[in-house]
Amino acid sequence: MNENNTARFINIGERTNVTGSARFKKLIMADDYAAAVEVARQQVENGAQVIDVNMDEGLLDAEHAMTTFLKLIAAEPDIARVPVMVDSSKWSVIEAGLKCVSGKPIVNSISMKEGEEQFLEQARLCMAYGAAVVVMAFDETGQADTKQRKIEICKRAYDLLVSEGFPPEDIIFDPNIFAVATGIEEHDRYGLDFLEAVREIKSQCPYAKTSGGLSNLSFSFRGNETVRRAMHSVFLYHAIPAGLDMAIVNAGQLDVYDTIDPDLRDACEDVILMRALPEGSKHESATERLIALAESYKGKSVADEKAAEEWRGWEVKRRLEHALVKGIDAHVVSDTEEARAALEASGGRPIEVIEGPLMDGMNVVGDLFGSGKMFLPQVVKSARVMKKAVAHLIPYIEAEKDLLPEAERKSKGKIIMATVKGDVHDIGKNIVGVVLQCNGYDVVDMGVMVPWQDIIKTANDNKADMIGLSGLITPSLDEMVTVAEEMQLAEMTMPLLIGGATTSKVHTALRIDPKYKGPVIHVLDASRAVGVASKLLSDTQRDDFVGEVADEYVHVRDARAGKAEKQLMSLEDARANYYDAYLSDKPAPPLQPGVHVFNDWSMEDLRDYIDWTPFFRAWELHGNYPAILQDDVVGESARSLKADADAMLDQLISEKWLTARGVCGLWPCARDGDDVTIHRVNREEHVRLPFLRQQIKKSRDRANMCLADFIDPDGDWIGGFAVGIHGIDEHSARFQADKDDYSDILLKALADRFAEAFAERLHKHVRTDLWGYAPGEQLTNKALIKEEYRGIRPAPGYPACPDHSLKPTLFELLDAEANVGLSLTESFAMWPTAAVSGFYFGHPESQYFGVAKIGRDQLSDYAERCGIDLATAERWLRPNL
Amino acid sequence: MTPREQLQAAAKERVLIFDGAFGTQIQERKLTEEDYAGKLGLNADQKGNNDILALTRPDVIADITRAYLDAGSDVISTNTFSANRISQADYAAEDQVAAINIASGKIARELAEEYSAKDGKPRFVAGAIGPTNKTLSLSPDVEDPGYREISFDELVAVYKEQAAALIDGGVDFILIETVFDTLNAKAGVMAVKQLENDLGREVPIMISMTLTDLSGRNLSGHTVEAFWYAVRHANPITIGLNCSFGADQLRPHVQVLSAIADTLLMAYPNAGLPNELGEYDEMPETTAALVKQWADKGQVNILGGCCGSSPGHIKAIADAVADVTPRNVPKPATEMRLAGLEAFVVAA
Repeated sequence: MNENNTARFINIGERTNVTGSARFKKLIMADDYAAAVEVARQQVENGAQVIDVNMDEGLLDAEHAMTTFLKLIAAEPDIARVPVMVDSSKWSVIEAGLKCVSGKPIVNSISMKEGEEQFLEQARLCMAYGAAVVVMAFDETGQADTKQRKIEICKRAYDLLVSEGFPPEDIIFDPNIFAVATGIEEHDRYGLDFLEAVREIKSQCPYAKTSGGLSNLSFSFRGNETVRRAMHSVFLYHAIPAGLDMAIVNAGQLDVYDTIDPDLRDACEDVILMRALPEGSKHESATERLIALAESYKGKSVADEKAAEEWRGWEVKRRLEHALVKGIDAHVVSDTEEARAALEASGGRPIEVIEGPLMDGMNVVGDLFGSGKMFLPQVVKSARVMKKAVAHLIPYIEAEKDLLPEAERKSKGKIIMATVKGDVHDIGKNIVGVVLQCNGYDVVDMGVMVPWQDIIKTANDNKADMIGLSGLITPSLDEMVTVAEEMQLAEMTMPLLIGGATTSKVHTALRIDPKYKGPVIHVLDASRAVGVASKLLSDTQRDDFVGEVADEYVHVRDARAGKAEKQLMSLEDARANYYDAYLSDKPAPPLQPGVHVFNDWSMEDLRDYIDWTPFFRAWELHGNYPAILQDDVVGESARSLKADADAMLDQLISEKWLTARGVCGLWPCARDGDDVTIHRVNREEHVRLPFLRQQIKKSRDRANMCLADFIDPDGDWIGGFAVGIHGIDEHSARFQADKDDYSDILLKALADRFAEAFAERLHKHVRTDLWGYAPGEQLTNKALIKEEYRGIRPAPGYPACPDHSLKPTLFELLDAEANVGLSLTESFAMWPTAAVSGFYFGHPESQYFGVAKIGRDQLSDYAERCGIDLATAERWLRPNL
Repeated sequence: MTPREQLQAAAKERVLIFDGAFGTQIQERKLTEEDYAGKLGLNADQKGNNDILALTRPDVIADITRAYLDAGSDVISTNTFSANRISQADYAAEDQVAAINIASGKIARELAEEYSAKDGKPRFVAGAIGPTNKTLSLSPDVEDPGYREISFDELVAVYKEQAAALIDGGVDFILIETVFDTLNAKAGVMAVKQLENDLGREVPIMISMTLTDLSGRNLSGHTVEAFWYAVRHANPITIGLNCSFGADQLRPHVQVLSAIADTLLMAYPNAGLPNELGEYDEMPETTAALVKQWADKGQVNILGGCCGSSPGHIKAIADAVADVTPRNVPKPATEMRLAGLEAFVVAA
């Protein structure tokens, strides 16, 4: 066909028509709708601009088949993007179809076969459903065969429709393409009559379109694809200029007019246009000539008709990804099997097909979805393909499990999923559910609008491992808070997962996490769900993960504390709501009170106290040590960094680059309001430590805390410390001179870690020896990092004690500059920079907290207690105001 | 003049003003279960069933409507987004559907008359019909994409019941709004068409689509253009967009629709995007400045607000567009316009 002529011509796909495609009919009869849907996809991929769906087959329940198929392709965005032609000779089938098709479809067809009344009634319904309509050139006396009948019937129908208010542009006439070259003489004109009728109808019926079913034309050459293709192409070549707007064709089976064998082309043209044969032709008629010619094309298979689509030739991993992204499930089982067999051959396990190519494919889907290149229905479809692949693998995975010890043979875990009360959106939840199931979790899906009572009951009844809540609309956020509160009231401990479009880490951290003591995890998207679930159910990773997330949420809350408009209590009310520590539990007086100086603590010893997680964070590698070393993404970088750090540690310890110098003191004291007064030996005046009290309105009987609350007004003990790592300057300068930034940063990061490790180590020495309230303490470094010991060491400038200006008082108490060479800048920064200082509180109930926002009343009170003017106090406490 | 003609006449003069959100206004009043439940004696908690307030706290609904009329609304809607049999079933209040819609229609009608009588300007009442929480185009079951929770005919019946009651309550138009599923909207159109047959008169329809992603598709996957072609047979008095995202993100899609829709265009976006805490915090002046840009470009005939908008937003919008020339309704060429998820125009 000539490209220019066809630019405006519309291909209507005919392969999804049981009367036109034997293969499609077979698939539908066999109930193989998945493969039938693939036929539709192929049509669209091959360029069909509209797809014709016809289920008129005597043995089929056509209404059922029509609606089933239309609903299925509605879920396939690659197919559903084009309009549908609902094709049936039965109106009831058409109407059932119209009820399943969104968009604006075409009805194929209605006619005046049963008279005007029924014709118009059906036309009115087409208008009400919002459909264009194909009108067959058919009247009470029968189908129009001649040119004149075709024109007359169409004009009559046109006038009726337009007078009824039917939009003329929504009318398509089908003046009937009949088979030519049948050997029956009356049939010879059919092609030409059609072409001439089209021209006339277009001129008599403004805005109306014309169409035809092309395959009829070549009916007598069934089985000879070459000839049929040539006939169709030649016919269109002439029909389009005549005014044919569209035709039901196999879009992939049209030849370019110019490339058809000229002999065949001429023979087709002679037949269709009823051209006279040249003088002396050895054939009696054009038909006879084409029949004779057709013999020579018989049995020649059309070149690429059956050739596999290109992607089928790709390697299996890529095929799986393609199938997932495109949502094609036709080959996924065989491809999955191929991947599994290949893995097995190389000693791999079936689960690796899921963890490898399938999850990779789903990640691509997740990325495309996240970046707006896929939309929801496609993702749901991908999930389905995934599920099929996994279903194939399950028996292999089960078989493998049978070889495992009993204990390891259970499901990975049970997860309760629900869209919260008040919300009906569940697509996201369903996707997460599918993905989790694909990965071996038992998912109990409670559906939508689930009240918290049911969620909690189901979770408990099922002995679930965790609960996943979903919601899309904003009021769901509040409902999730309610669920969390109720879970707390029910004293549950299982993790709570939060997901859905409006949920966020910030909301989870600020509003949900504080309501529930068990782990609360915001899951950003479905692709993260498996990672989160597996960590939560892992004996080795759970604590780290939960701790990491909790830290993150604390951080979010801290960051927000300054921003959020929180309700403040008056200072008086806040003081009345102080933390009532059980003072009889206060620690005994220290074994060795007074100030202790350590001018060269063993670096080798401190090395064991290093907390590596912040070290990696400093390098923007996020994850908990040691799990981070095995992390898929940053693991490799983390391992290489750790190796370099270890090498430098070896060197700096053996070559004594650095010196750890620290001082601590333990003094008698008493609480005086929100101050703690320190009573030093041989000194008249007491040193006053003013602390700040939380003023944000608390819920559920939680106290408004102040560090002074952990001290007995009738006499108690408090401590202080300052430690620093000296000696980096010389080496840092050397690295900088060598332009070795990497080693320079590494050294500084290690020095910081040593300072923290020293603070940790010294605190331990205080607890076990100097103060001695925990002489038998046996804690691993991990437990130390998690602060599982008794007592705290809050530092000035940190949330519990936010005023940096307490540092000079602390340094004076310790005489830190003289004792261990630690000094303060005018803005209270410590020098050397790798340094830590703070107070020791020994009461077993003492704990870290954030002072957060304070009111003007406390500000002026604090200024007075410190003996400074209001402006200075304001400057120091600005972040808390 | 019929209400259709009156609205078209008024829309020729200036950019008309629709109302804003009811939900957030009701929330602010912190009503209790007793307020919601009233003396209806229903078998479920009613808190959150905003629509039932037309029966139990009509004063609240009237107050909010009044606030929008005071802010400058020419078209007010009934508070009946969920007053259909499907949504009310969640509150065991199916039997109240007719009563809610009639009552809500009356509240709006009476206030519209009261304000028209005061200043002679016509006021219009749009009977709002939400999408329900069922979808005709998508399967809720990932394993069975051919499954549907509800059939077309069932949904037509649900919509028809509500639309008939709204008409009884005295509304001028039926507003099929927040259309996330195009086929649901088509069922709504069918319901109104059937109602027109029953009543023997025209019931003008307003249709408003909501987008679920920034590329400009609704949940059933239709582009704005495809959506318009899919519902154009309803001959709606207005077509438009609501909810979705804020005005900022809605802009390109209003522009697309404005160019092709041969009827009045009504847009009522959310007051921005919800922040991380799910709250709408776009200031009235911000919303107004954004929608004024559409008006200035001649892209809209009626402006209002959806989620998060308040009488303050409506007033700011009304003030901002008071002197702007309204959109001219274009007259596109006569062409066959089909649609799958995407539009397909067959040139003449």
